[in-house]
Amino acid sequence: MTHSPATGTGPEFTPDVLRDHLDSHLHPAARAWLRQALDEATANSGSGWELRVAEAGRRCGSRHADAARVLILYAAHADPATLARLYHQGSAAERRAVLCALPHLVPGPDAIPLVEDALRTNDTRLLAAALGPYAARHLDAHSWRHAVLKCLFTGVPVDAVAGLAARGRGDAELARMLADYAAERTAADRPVPADLYRVLDLAAEDFEADHPHGKES
Amino acid sequence: MRLFDPHIHMTSRTTDDYEAMRAAGIRAVVEPSFWLGQPRTSPASFLDYFDSLLGWEPFRAAQHDIAHHCTLALNPKEANDPRCVPVLDELPRYLVKDQVVAVGEIGYDSMTSAEDTALAAQLQLAADHGLPALVHTPHRDKLAGLRRTLDAVRESALPMDRVLVDHLNETTVKEAKDSGCWLGFSVYPVTKMDERRMVAILRAYGPEKVLVNSAADWGRSDPLKTRRVADLMLAEGFTEDDVDRVLWRNPVAFYGLSGRLDLEVTPPEATHEGNSLLRGGE
Ligand SMILES: [Zn+2]
Repeated sequence: MTHSPATGTGPEFTPDVLRDHLDSHLHPAARAWLRQALDEATANSGSGWELRVAEAGRRCGSRHADAARVLILYAAHADPATLARLYHQGSAAERRAVLCALPHLVPGPDAIPLVEDALRTNDTRLLAAALGPYAARHLDAHSWRHAVLKCLFTGVPVDAVAGLAARGRGDAELARMLADYAAERTAADRPVPADLYRVLDLAAEDFEADHPHGKES
Repeated sequence: MRLFDPHIHMTSRTTDDYEAMRAAGIRAVVEPSFWLGQPRTSPASFLDYFDSLLGWEPFRAAQHDIAHHCTLALNPKEANDPRCVPVLDELPRYLVKDQVVAVGEIGYDSMTSAEDTALAAQLQLAADHGLPALVHTPHRDKLAGLRRTLDAVRESALPMDRVLVDHLNETTVKEAKDSGCWLGFSVYPVTKMDERRMVAILRAYGPEKVLVNSAADWGRSDPLKTRRVADLMLAEGFTEDDVDRVLWRNPVAFYGLSGRLDLEVTPPEATHEGNSLLRGGE
């Protein structure tokens, strides 16, 4: 199957959106800390700003840590090598932030190894973050299909998958994998996740039209 | 009843344990890095372990609505293996992480000069990173080990009131308390302390700066020991407030010295969608 380069339809946050959000939600002390962290990251001299990525959780609170970290990465215009280092040396929360920052910071496929690393984990928070617009654009078809299937296995809602409709529509191989998985669940007398039928309908669309008798169920 | 197990090795425990712990009221744990039973042969092995304490294990805990923090260090036993010692050079980049609430567990195993060196270096790292330290006392030659431990702390840049001395018992509690450190007791099924002796110590020395833990790991141990101590305290006439103090407020106060303790658990589902970047606003 070929797919046209899909533009991810998942949320791709701009610096303005994140800054406005944090400005209106952070406590004054956290806001002051963030402003300084962003200045440091913008100057991007040395690696001192990387420490700000690590400590964003305790400075801004865990609810705002993801947004703060992504904003710091934006401010530093972190390149793929830096993002890879921060990812590999990061806690799970920092890795999530790196993954969320990819669509805005890395135009080409250079950072795909980070996405693949996250997709190998069983941490559903990393899986969901890995399947944003960057993966929609650059992940190869085989890995992308397995990632969708892994979401269904691990309970990540497929709404977390950016560009699902654009990439999944008419994907006969994905339809086959999903139908097989549904059959396996049914044979085991286990419920089939509702999300599975949603994706299966999508993946089977053109497939059915092209092969009117091809779909068994 | 809200309970905090301030020293438990969840990496060695099953999901059944997590379920039973949450059902028993345990809402927060601190997992100190330690010896895995099988000796490590390189720093890389430590790094994967540290990553797991900052990644996979907090994820597992969050699935059971339990807040997970860790303490990181080169443990005393492996401080004697020259193949492992270089991990000390990697520690600084880990000690800046949000979920690291102390340097630990450090201390003595066989009281060697290599252990002296690693202990001193890591007490300094704690001071440098604004972290308290979890220092265990050795299983063998305990009272001599406690004295040498307290001496090492006095010679360090870390004030005694930022140190939790763990695995105490009847023979070491008095000298430890007189020193001004925080007092940790591990309650085990067969070795270390048991519930009854723990309650007797609480009666004799009071609840101030006392932390009780299960130190549950891959050995014979029980992750519900904090709850069993709480139940026995109540049965023996301690108040709900005493229980809350020893099994919640004291560990919160000690690890809170790091400025990094965050007891709000974000359920994994809350971070599944990309727009969770903006969560917390509503
Ligand atoms: Zn231990």
